[in-house]
Amino acid sequence: MEINDKTISKIAHLARLHLEDQEIHQHKDKLNSILNWVEQLKSVDTDNIEPLYHPLDDSIQPVRDDVITEKNNREELLTLSETHKSGLYLVPKVID
Amino acid sequence: MQWESVIGLEVHTQLKTKSKLFSGSPTEYGAMPNTQASIIDLGMPGVLPVLNQKVVEMAIQFGLAVSAKINNRSIFARKNYFYPDLPKGYQISQHDIPIVGTGYLEIENNGAIKKIGITRAHLEEDAGKSIHDLYDNCSAIDLNRAGTPLLEIVSEPDMRSSQEAIIYLKKLHRIVTYLDICDGNLQEGSFRVDANVSIRPVGDTELGTRTELKNINSFKFIEQAIKYEIQRQIKILESNGKVIQETRLYDPVKNETKAMRSKEEAHDYRYFPDPDLLPLEIDKKLLQKCQKNMPELPHDKLERFIKEYKLSKYDASVLTTEKTLADYFENVSNLTSAKSKTVANWIITEFLSYLNKDSVDVTNAPIKAEMLAKLINKIEDKTINGKIAKTVFEKMWNSGKEADAIIKEENLIQLNDDKKLLEIINNILVEHNDKVQDYKNGKIKLFSFFVGQVMKESKGKANPSQVNKLLQGILENS
Repeated sequence: MEINDKTISKIAHLARLHLEDQEIHQHKDKLNSILNWVEQLKSVDTDNIEPLYHPLDDSIQPVRDDVITEKNNREELLTLSETHKSGLYLVPKVID
Repeated sequence: MQWESVIGLEVHTQLKTKSKLFSGSPTEYGAMPNTQASIIDLGMPGVLPVLNQKVVEMAIQFGLAVSAKINNRSIFARKNYFYPDLPKGYQISQHDIPIVGTGYLEIENNGAIKKIGITRAHLEEDAGKSIHDLYDNCSAIDLNRAGTPLLEIVSEPDMRSSQEAIIYLKKLHRIVTYLDICDGNLQEGSFRVDANVSIRPVGDTELGTRTELKNINSFKFIEQAIKYEIQRQIKILESNGKVIQETRLYDPVKNETKAMRSKEEAHDYRYFPDPDLLPLEIDKKLLQKCQKNMPELPHDKLERFIKEYKLSKYDASVLTTEKTLADYFENVSNLTSAKSKTVANWIITEFLSYLNKDSVDVTNAPIKAEMLAKLINKIEDKTINGKIAKTVFEKMWNSGKEADAIIKEENLIQLNDDKKLLEIINNILVEHNDKVQDYKNGKIKLFSFFVGQVMKESKGKANPSQVNKLLQGILENS
């Protein structure tokens, strides 16, 4: 698999990153070398091996009881945003 | 050409927990904006999600209720997209391995049983809410809902009509409310339905291009939206057009669906396993605990009602359509000595029709179970007769007062006194002497006329069976 400038532009857009033309070329080369390496890995026969979903695969997922532990910190948290009004965060208009 | 419609449904059920999926923030509906959004829900740097145990148990119980495979190991994944009401920039969901695997539901349509496949059910967190029409140049964001636990239940495209889709949805709704894992409130978004609709020529095995109808908040509108969409697609294909795969919104006022403007890459979610969360293991012990704690499901309740209360299948099925109604019936039954059939009749003919008339649900009905039981007991102990009881019921419904108070205020106590009844009867018979002669000459149908006159004279309060007995005695022996 080989990725081109168009793919780079697309994934940059999905990640909301702005890349200059020159950066697009650079990242294309870097990503292609990573993909080549993945191609190499793919040549290993893994048919009877269960996929590993997490490096700490043999640890147990901690859980919590269904109780309310968080307090209302609205006023403090709102001050972290650029604009807010009547308890609501305000963002540039998004139209679906 | 004959067309066949193919429908698959995705239902987001909001799980009835006190706290969120990955944080200890409350999930209560209707709180002031952003008062239930903590640093974890806001996706602040350095925070970590910790899974709510209750949510896991709820998902397992749902899986058991639809005979599904429970995966002893499931994986949380990040679904990546940018939107202001999704502060982390990704939604934690399950992708490759969901907690609940394939299962099925049986639906009954016109007496025929059909199996509807359930593809999967997975856990995920809800997003916040964007309000676009509050301010001119800004969208306003309320993150109270962000992180609320959802169980997304995905069906196979096994339904062939809007009617089948609604039967499936109502059954699913009944199951999650019986399990008490979801409050089932469609208006408040606790039970959100997306429908995938396509059509194909009858006999074809390949699926046509589908459209997705999103977030419709009543069973009636879902049915109308699917019906409209099927007709729209038929029109397109019959005029040699092509159905475009897209998301469409239903407008209940115009009764039509409209394409939602969305960009292609919006669906490139780049799922990957969430490194903040380990694989979720479900061991035998937990599975057994969930099995042991399974509440009674609709079908079992129906069977029990038939057996335990000696009800007809029809009565039992009406009473078990909703868990709250079934509970209501059992509460009334436990509080009265009347036959179960009598209680069932009161609930099915009176209580349900008043509920429908005023569009209220069982829990908000002005007549509580204890109140109806007391009213029925007043008939049982002959304080009032059945006909008067209906008047009392209506007054109870409108005022919220107890039966006793109304019976006293309105002086509705039944006339059981033989002496007083005989007095009324004799007066009636004297007044209608000509009819008495007719009766004796063979017009026995006049009997009910006499009963009617007595009831009228007593303002409906006479004990009807006593009147019958006394009247019969007089007419036959005079």
